[in-house]
Amino acid sequence: MRIAAALSTLLVLCLGVLSCRKDGAADVTLLNVSYDPTRELYGEINAEFSAHWEKTTGQSVRIRQSHGGAGKQARAVIDGLEADVVTLAIAFDIDAMHERAGLLPKDWQTRLPHDSAPYTSTIVFLVRKGNPKGIRDWKDLVREGVSVITPNPKTSGGARYNYLAAWGYALREFGEEGAAQNFLARLYGNVPVLDSGARGATTTFAERGIGDVLLTWENEALLSLKELGDKADLELVVPSVSILAEPPVALVDTYADKHGTRKVAQAYLEFLYTPQAQRIAGKHFYRPSGASAAAEFADQFAEVTRFTVREIAGSWREAHEKHFADGGVFDRIYQPGAKAARAR
Amino acid sequence: MSHSVSRLGGHGRRAGRQDTAEEAPLIRWLLIGVALLFVCAFLLVPLVIVFSSAFADGLDAYLDALADDETLSAVRLTLLAAGIAVPLNLVFGVTSAWLLSKYEFPGKSALVTLIDLPFSVSPVIAGLIFVLLFGAQGWFGSLLSAWDVRIIFAVPGIVLATTFITFPLVTREVLAVMQAQGSDEEEAALTLGATGWQILWRVTLPKVKWGVIYGVILCNARAMGEFGAVSVVSGHIRGETNTLPLHVEVLYGEYAFVGAFAVSSLLALLAIVTLVLKQWVEWRAERRTADLATGAAPPTVARTVPAG
Repeated sequence: MRIAAALSTLLVLCLGVLSCRKDGAADVTLLNVSYDPTRELYGEINAEFSAHWEKTTGQSVRIRQSHGGAGKQARAVIDGLEADVVTLAIAFDIDAMHERAGLLPKDWQTRLPHDSAPYTSTIVFLVRKGNPKGIRDWKDLVREGVSVITPNPKTSGGARYNYLAAWGYALREFGEEGAAQNFLARLYGNVPVLDSGARGATTTFAERGIGDVLLTWENEALLSLKELGDKADLELVVPSVSILAEPPVALVDTYADKHGTRKVAQAYLEFLYTPQAQRIAGKHFYRPSGASAAAEFADQFAEVTRFTVREIAGSWREAHEKHFADGGVFDRIYQPGAKAARAR
Repeated sequence: MSHSVSRLGGHGRRAGRQDTAEEAPLIRWLLIGVALLFVCAFLLVPLVIVFSSAFADGLDAYLDALADDETLSAVRLTLLAAGIAVPLNLVFGVTSAWLLSKYEFPGKSALVTLIDLPFSVSPVIAGLIFVLLFGAQGWFGSLLSAWDVRIIFAVPGIVLATTFITFPLVTREVLAVMQAQGSDEEEAALTLGATGWQILWRVTLPKVKWGVIYGVILCNARAMGEFGAVSVVSGHIRGETNTLPLHVEVLYGEYAFVGAFAVSSLLALLAIVTLVLKQWVEWRAERRTADLATGAAPPTVARTVPAG
């Protein structure tokens, strides 16, 4: 029975490796469930907050991170991923936590300043070096022969902002919804592939070299310019108008109370509004809401008129029902393969 | 095939024989060329890319990437998941293969089909099954939360998903060997008065030993490499519920290419070790049968050398 002996040795070895794992020496741990592009941001903020909290209270705190597509992450929290705080891309996903599982109160968004958005962003374009297709504004995206990369608004929070930004532009330009819908139909007719999330779309565009223009978060665009540098041969284009993206944060009452972490979780969210954290947000290409950090990083961000979701769609719920729910505007204007049919 | 055989058989027909002699090398080299091209394009080039990207910034960067806390925790979690799933499936696989090959009972073919279920459903669905069962909104959700037991988005969920996905591997391997060998020896042992346990330990298990080892190797490789099902139940908590394959995706998404490929190289190494072990097991098994056939057994029984 040498096999049994070998297997039990292996098992003992595994258990040995496991038992020597570095034990969480922290007094308290938090779980922050976030979306994709915030990995670098929270990596840095968490370290600062831990230091700050230990200095002021003597209690050591460890913040665990989970990242993924915003809609998927919200779904996981509803299904039992016990986040003490969530920091997601759109308020709609946090609303869903209230509606489907009652994890936090309906008025969660009023509990922190600036509608619970400590930093903001917007939607911009990334194009190939030298801008060979001459893309300057939204109207250039619907031209014949321009290939547009944007993720699927059904699964990606960033993609919903992309969609609503184009919608807002079209409403301002044409003044009525029929024409705006037409504009979006032409725009999505130019989209060869819908990735499920923002990072996936960035990879499709920057690494795989598909498409002429990528619609993306401003922070994601600036980050990929920095990370990929000259290798990627990309250029930033800021359109005439765009949307005010407000990624919200919230305490998840049910789980925080269950873990007994409400106090430190609340302090963590409030910390996001301090000048210290605001500077980190600016450094990672999010537009700070605090005045001093906003001034410090003003050069980094282009002047752009930003309209809010409220102005163009009422609320996230209304936007969802009208545009993204099954049978909504997006389903009507986007048919995979429609482009090929039309080209004939 | 049968056509060329009949040609070779017909000694009198000269023209036919000449044809095969001329055709054969060309076709042979063509086939070898195509096979080599495919092996290079689809197997070797990706392997080379994994290792060259992993060492792109030198050995130090490679080792640093592997010594990262989150990477080490992914290694631990992967070892734990495989360390639980493989023994479980080993016990289940051997018993179920024994049951299926030695006994006749109603519903047997349905059971054989059911065992293959994890192979036939998409891994994503496999993961979602566990979310629907154990999620906060799932069947057992309120019960589990009342007892404060966490299954999905924690280690137990990952172990469950891994076990589910690798469920059929040992059974399949062992069952095939058991069926090929028949139950003659077991019946002989029974007539000589051996008990059930004695037959299992002294007759059946030694006979299928190499099949079992082969099954375990495959099971382990799949357990460590599984992505889809584990991704659904993981919750992606960094340094806690990310297995090696999930960690590769995380690193790649963070533009940490050296880290991503360094971790990938671990998985690639696992694949290579698996292949070498598999080859060795096959070679041992074959040699053993050959020994038995030529040595111990009388020459007339030597025909029972299984092919391949």
